[in-house]
Parts: sequence; C-alpha cells; structure tokens
Amino acid sequence: MKIHLTSVFVDDQAKAERFYTEILGFVKKHDVPLGETDRWLTVVSPHEPAGTELLLEPAGHPAVKPYRDALVQDGIPLAQFAVDDVQAEYARLRGLGVHFTQEPLEMGPVTTAVFDDTCGNLIQIATEPK
Amino acid sequence: MADDLFKALADPTRRTILDELTEKSGQTLFEICSRLSMKHQLGISRQGVSQHLAVLEAAGLVETRREGRYKFHDLNTTPLRHITERWPVPDTPGPEKSTS
Repeated sequence: MKIHLTSVFVDDQAKAERFYTEILGFVKKHDVPLGETDRWLTVVSPHEPAGTELLLEPAGHPAVKPYRDALVQDGIPLAQFAVDDVQAEYARLRGLGVHFTQEPLEMGPVTTAVFDDTCGNLIQIATEPK
Repeated sequence: MADDLFKALADPTRRTILDELTEKSGQTLFEICSRLSMKHQLGISRQGVSQHLAVLEAAGLVETRREGRYKFHDLNTTPLRHITERWPVPDTPGPEKSTS
C-alpha cells in the first residue's frame, strides 16, 4: 500500500489553484470537470511529478466548515509539507503576503511553521528530520 | 484572585507554559502543545493543555485574543505583583551594581 493521493478541502477551487501553484509552487496534475462547478483538481510537487497528489477538494459539505473552523481557531494544521529550509520558505512566503499563525520554531531536529492557505486551512511546513 | 494565582503557579507544567509564553507571546494552542511535546517531552493531551491554560487564564496570567479565525494566547505577568505586594522584596541596589 502507498499513499497516492491526499486532500484538503478548499473554499474556492480557482482561488486554491492559484495559491497552491503560484504561491506555494506546486504543479497542476489533473483538472477534470465534475458536475456543474466542481473539478477533480490535483497538484504535485515539481520535484516529484509522479509523487503523491494533493486533491483540492470543494468544501461544500456542511460538516466541513465547523470542522475546519474549530481546527483553525486552535491553530491546528490540516496538512504538512516538507521543505529544505523552513526559515527561507517562511521569508519567501511572507514576502508574497502569506499570513503565518506560527513563526518558524526549532524543536530539536525539526523546524516547523504554520500558515493560512487562504482557502480555509492552516498548513504546516517542516524540515525532514535528519 | 491571589488563591487562583498560587494554584496556577503550583504546577510545573503550567510554569513551563509560562516559560514558553515568555519566550514568545501570542501562541496558538497548537504551538503551545508542540512546544510542550517537542521541547520538553511532556506527553500531555491537547485537552490537558487546554485545562492548564484555563487555570492560567483564571489567574489572569494568560489572556486569549481572537484575531479573525485564529485564537492566540498572550502572557500577562501583572498578577505576579500580588506576590511582592504581600511579601515585599528589599530594594535592589542601583542598576550598575545589580548582578544576575
């Protein structure tokens, strides 16, 4: 078994596509129309085009909002992405206007930071433990 | 209020939370939990941390602030004045002579 795809709920798929590609730097992999407005929209890392896909899933289900609002209030990220240098990525994203709820924090072998993806979620970036 | 203060300070985990908020005020619950588990190896549930924060908040040592969809915890050391008002600390020498 392997993790082929994971997902985050997003308020607006067009906005999410822009944020996840233009700001975060992911690459669009699949974009298939589903129903009237929804799309099967996935992105991958440019470093791993055949790697795990992230599905930007419409957040329309009524259970999604209370679930995400409660997590955001407590600062809990819905997804974690690995980066080589959290400080550098923090500086880069801050420069692009991204709002962080947790600045880079060194905790032993790992450094983490948490930002708002503007689509309803908090996302954590972390260095991979050596 | 004073009883709440002493009760809040009596617990080592709560003192650790105050230490971490001294290092940086304005933390989410998630960040506080991360610091306790990763920096201090305190295996404590999120609910447990929430309960400790509630005790600190009742004592006035922690204040919560909502900013849009987020909630942050700030340190407020003002209630600690109760201690030195009750048991005054002798005047310290001038700043030049003070050692720390």
